Amino acid sequence: MTKPIDKTAYQGVIAPDKSLDTFPKLLLEHANRRPDKVAMREKDLGIWQSWSWRQVREEVTALADGLAQLGLQRGDKLAIIGDNRPRLYWSMVAAQCLGAIPVPLYQDAVADEIAFVLDNADVKIAIVEDQEQVDKILETKEQCPQIEYVLYDDPRGMQHYQFPFLKSLDDVQSSGQQYNQTHPDFFQTEALKATGADTAIMLYTSGTTGKPKGVVLSHDNVIITARNGIIREQLTQDEEVLAYLPMAWVGDNLFSYAQSYVAGFTVNCPESGATVLNDLREIGPTYYFAPPRVYENMLTQVMIRMEDASKIKRKLFHYFLDHAKKVGTAILNGETVTSKEAWLYKLGSFLVYNPLKDVLGLGRIKLAYTAGEAIGPEIFDFYRSLGINIKQLYGQTEAVVFICVQPNGEVFADTVGTPAIGVEVKIDDNGEVLYRGPGVFQEYYKNPESTAKTKTPDGWVYTGDAGFFAENGHLKIIDRAKDVGKLSDGTMFAPKYLENKLKFFSYIKEAVAFGDKRDYSTAFINIDLEAVGNWAEKRGLAYAGYQDLAAQPEVYALIKECVEKVNEDLAKDPRLGHSQIKRFLILHKELDADDGELTRTRKVRRNFVAERYATLIDALYSEAKQCHIKTEVKFEDGRSGSLEADVILSDANTFPAVNPLPPSQTA
Amino acid sequence: MQRIERTVLYTIGGSAILMVLVPWLLGKVAPDQVFFEWPYFFEVAIGGLLSGVMYSLVALGFVLIFKASGVFNFAQGAMVLFAALTLVGLIDLGVPAWAAILLTLGVMVLLAIAIERVVLSHLVNQEHIILFMATIGIAYFLDGFGQTLWGSDVRRLDLGLPNQPLKFFDGALMVNEFDLIAALIAGVLVVSLALFFQYTRIGRALRAVADDHQAAMSVGIPLKHIWVIVWSVAGLVALVAGIMWGSKLGVQFSLSLIALKALPVLIIGGFTSIPGAIIGGLIIGAGENVAEVFIGPLLGGGITDWFAYMLALVFLVFRPQGLFGEKIIERV
Amino acid sequence: MGERVLGDVILDMKNISLSFGVMKVLNNISFNVRKGEIRSIIGPNGAGKSSMLNVINGVYHPQEGSITFKGQVRNKMKMHEAAAQGIARTFQNIALFKGMSTLDNIMTGRNLKMKASLLEQAFYWGRAQKEEIAHRHKVEEIIDFLEIQAIRKVPVGRLPYGFQKRVELGRALAAEPEVLLLDEPMAGMNLEEKEDMSRFILDINDTFGTTIVLIEHDMGVVMDLSDRVVVLDYGRQLADDVPDVVRNTQSVIDAYLGVSH
Repeated sequence: MTKPIDKTAYQGVIAPDKSLDTFPKLLLEHANRRPDKVAMREKDLGIWQSWSWRQVREEVTALADGLAQLGLQRGDKLAIIGDNRPRLYWSMVAAQCLGAIPVPLYQDAVADEIAFVLDNADVKIAIVEDQEQVDKILETKEQCPQIEYVLYDDPRGMQHYQFPFLKSLDDVQSSGQQYNQTHPDFFQTEALKATGADTAIMLYTSGTTGKPKGVVLSHDNVIITARNGIIREQLTQDEEVLAYLPMAWVGDNLFSYAQSYVAGFTVNCPESGATVLNDLREIGPTYYFAPPRVYENMLTQVMIRMEDASKIKRKLFHYFLDHAKKVGTAILNGETVTSKEAWLYKLGSFLVYNPLKDVLGLGRIKLAYTAGEAIGPEIFDFYRSLGINIKQLYGQTEAVVFICVQPNGEVFADTVGTPAIGVEVKIDDNGEVLYRGPGVFQEYYKNPESTAKTKTPDGWVYTGDAGFFAENGHLKIIDRAKDVGKLSDGTMFAPKYLENKLKFFSYIKEAVAFGDKRDYSTAFINIDLEAVGNWAEKRGLAYAGYQDLAAQPEVYALIKECVEKVNEDLAKDPRLGHSQIKRFLILHKELDADDGELTRTRKVRRNFVAERYATLIDALYSEAKQCHIKTEVKFEDGRSGSLEADVILSDANTFPAVNPLPPSQTA
Repeated sequence: MQRIERTVLYTIGGSAILMVLVPWLLGKVAPDQVFFEWPYFFEVAIGGLLSGVMYSLVALGFVLIFKASGVFNFAQGAMVLFAALTLVGLIDLGVPAWAAILLTLGVMVLLAIAIERVVLSHLVNQEHIILFMATIGIAYFLDGFGQTLWGSDVRRLDLGLPNQPLKFFDGALMVNEFDLIAALIAGVLVVSLALFFQYTRIGRALRAVADDHQAAMSVGIPLKHIWVIVWSVAGLVALVAGIMWGSKLGVQFSLSLIALKALPVLIIGGFTSIPGAIIGGLIIGAGENVAEVFIGPLLGGGITDWFAYMLALVFLVFRPQGLFGEKIIERV
Repeated sequence: MGERVLGDVILDMKNISLSFGVMKVLNNISFNVRKGEIRSIIGPNGAGKSSMLNVINGVYHPQEGSITFKGQVRNKMKMHEAAAQGIARTFQNIALFKGMSTLDNIMTGRNLKMKASLLEQAFYWGRAQKEEIAHRHKVEEIIDFLEIQAIRKVPVGRLPYGFQKRVELGRALAAEPEVLLLDEPMAGMNLEEKEDMSRFILDINDTFGTTIVLIEHDMGVVMDLSDRVVVLDYGRQLADDVPDVVRNTQSVIDAYLGVSH
């Protein structure tokens, strides 16, 4: 299964050591051990500014001393809201130096959401990036009387704000510097006080239902998990990462903060949200995380640009990409290929792959992770075939990310790998995935009830996901546990799994699968207007808008092909072979958040859709060829009206399922 | 610096194609009739490249003015002649060569100022065609004025530039020293002009004026000065071209006709590109020479007269913006 | 915003009349601009707003009346002289250098601040090099201010409209003008872009103390932004006062506000 880990490759990383069990201690260690090594960079006014570990210690000292002046004490909570700015990261460690607990918040949260967290976490001081965030806090100030100070990083536009509790970080730092002159030992003494068991940070998870919960993580939780990840992937102090994902997200905290503090590598902050792709290109990170949609967008960009390139370039590009598709993944996995293939791949690297990777900013990547949702196999394979070691992992805030990771050389598009170092994973009788390990969170803040529901007394945590271990020992996640149902023959029905498989086709934008307690599976499809529109144009198919296009028999044939490919795939799966899609329809309208069919983050609200389109579902489970439906809709200008259509129902071929398991074993 | 990389690529690629493809083709077409040896071929090609540099020099003057004002300066050839005539005239009066060059440069700057005062300043915001007509007028004036002033005899221009054939590979390959120096000077001129355009305030102002007169004035760029500078630089380039061509062919009226050779160079290189002017010149120079020597006998000679135009015609059909010219894409 | 204290008169237009042939575009217009204020000129299409702006920065020279800028009468000022005197402007139909990058466009705005001689520049030595670096820094501050870092190197011809407007504003700002003339800065923008632009205008006025003279069609925006408003109609001056008074002036209501567009 997992290859043995080479622990000698571990040089340069600070060894597990009781004397280095907190972030403040790690900071002091780096400032001593590699004082001039660059710890952080930020692009400002078009130029990359950098700070060495020694300079970071100085900045943090000033901040911590300044915060102490404002009365921040051991156990107090300090909120951090903003884009990835060096001073916001330093505020995090400065708080930890004083024994206070940083609580990073999502910078795009609206005032109400922020108010809830500020109140729930008993935040005493809020450090924010700029005017925009200050305004939000001012709006919530009345609901959160316990906030004593609001400190801002960027003074732009703040001249006219006059509140006694509002200060700039510049002022806080200079008052800290003054204090440090007279009390030079204060910082060091405070910084060494905490131990690994103390709380390091609180991260709020949005959760699909209910109010966000504050996940309490100790220094041990974060540092040990960070170190295990470093050992497993053999990361060193020479890595470069780009900190561009929200600071409130556990992944950013692990990849751009914790692992940097353990390994000593450099964290780069982009100039602004809009420049991330440029900054990526300039920095050329060696270690990178991105959710699948980022990889997908990059690929789309490349393809669009290639369409505009000259014919020769395009030919060359496609020729070598095809070759990469054939042998690239094998080469990356260390399998043997013929020497001609290897030679051609090298030529391709020189002419196409390397320039392409440089354009994407992925030219120096040693390791790229993706997680969060299922990644399309073609996208995944595209990057791997270029020689970019992109791997999937499976994680949660409650575990400080790592539950499972794909080992090098054993990377598959449809599994999430084997358990991370020190983590045990098991599947319970309902098919739900549980784990236990060093990263397991302490509790949900002020929420013992939820804590008890999620974490067993002996340390196992319920993930809420359904999955199983495939024959190769890799974990395969199929759906949210609560959504998994059973067909009437007792075999497993995992709607999200089917939907994802459908959505991997660029023609299909959204899909909703049905089948719980039914005889067979069915699906609603939303076509992708752009992709199918292009397809139709190439064939000279005229159409007037979505509804018209969706009803075209040619489009039905196209989608039917996609559905049947999914069925063919499912047939090979011993557990899901029975949930092949027998009938489907293409919805007459696009699912829309304004109509309540999607959440604001564009996730399907399954139950709502099922209720609203009950007649269509009934029709799918009948012999009908067509079904009339009338739907209330909201138009973009706020008016509402109704939409009527005759939706066509289509059959799809299914394939004999291999190795059908008796119902008792499918769980 | 993508542009420079591209320039290098085209130069190497272009020469390689010329040097490999043409002899190979010739070998196929008429293996017996063509007197053919590799070193000799290189000699011809290199000789052509070097004289191509001279075409580039003239084309460069066109590009400068076209870039800054969008006007095709018909008078560029006349300026070459005028500069050469002035220089020779001064030398004949006994002025030392270096002083004569500086004085001529001064004359060219005065000329630029005069052109701006007398002609251009009255034509602000006029159609390009009007400005073009004005340059035709300037061309005739300069031709006439220069010859009235300095006479119309053919004069020798000798600045003491070395003019010995250099031998390579045991004499298998011969290159003229003078041609090498010309190439060197042209190279330096082009690189410095390119840098000047890209990285200095005036360079930026020149590009700004070329783009939008009104906006340029609104940020305080005085149109007058810019035009004087552009025409002065064009004058400088004309002077260099005049020295080179004058040394080679003697200073005579036909110098103003080499402007006609610059036209195909511009079509191939693109009207707005400084590197384009260079590459275009090289392609034409080398192509012409090679064609004359190796294909000429087959067609009865005289290819040099029309080869360049033929090539330009091919470009007009397949790549009308030239190798480096900007494709004009307007946002709608 | 609290009570704003306006500075001294920086620009005084007295009895300005401008005609093209028989057409009288401006008829005896008088108003002044005080240091640090946001001053608007409004009026229906063809009221002579743009002509007024063009008179201020020397595109047109009025037949009658006097223009006093910083205490000096400057009736015959040329456009680039106006720029040298500290008057920068944007254009209604965006006049950017389309082939040049955002950075280079804004750099041209620094043109007047650069002192290196032609010769120094020709060899890129001495002041020329130092100047480039200093000015680049200033330009980067403007890029940061206008939040256009992502398009720094993009040729402006390829940018969407809203961004082009912003770049043009950046180029005008780069001259560190005392008076900034904005010719319909929000024409053709959607609501969000208008809000952004309003914020930038206020921030410029606030942060740099730049005096702003603004022509605008969009009444709502004008009334929110301006300290004082001049109303023109067919070359005549209908009103000149603070927004609240102008809004309630009968002749303005008749000529402009009452007329639906």
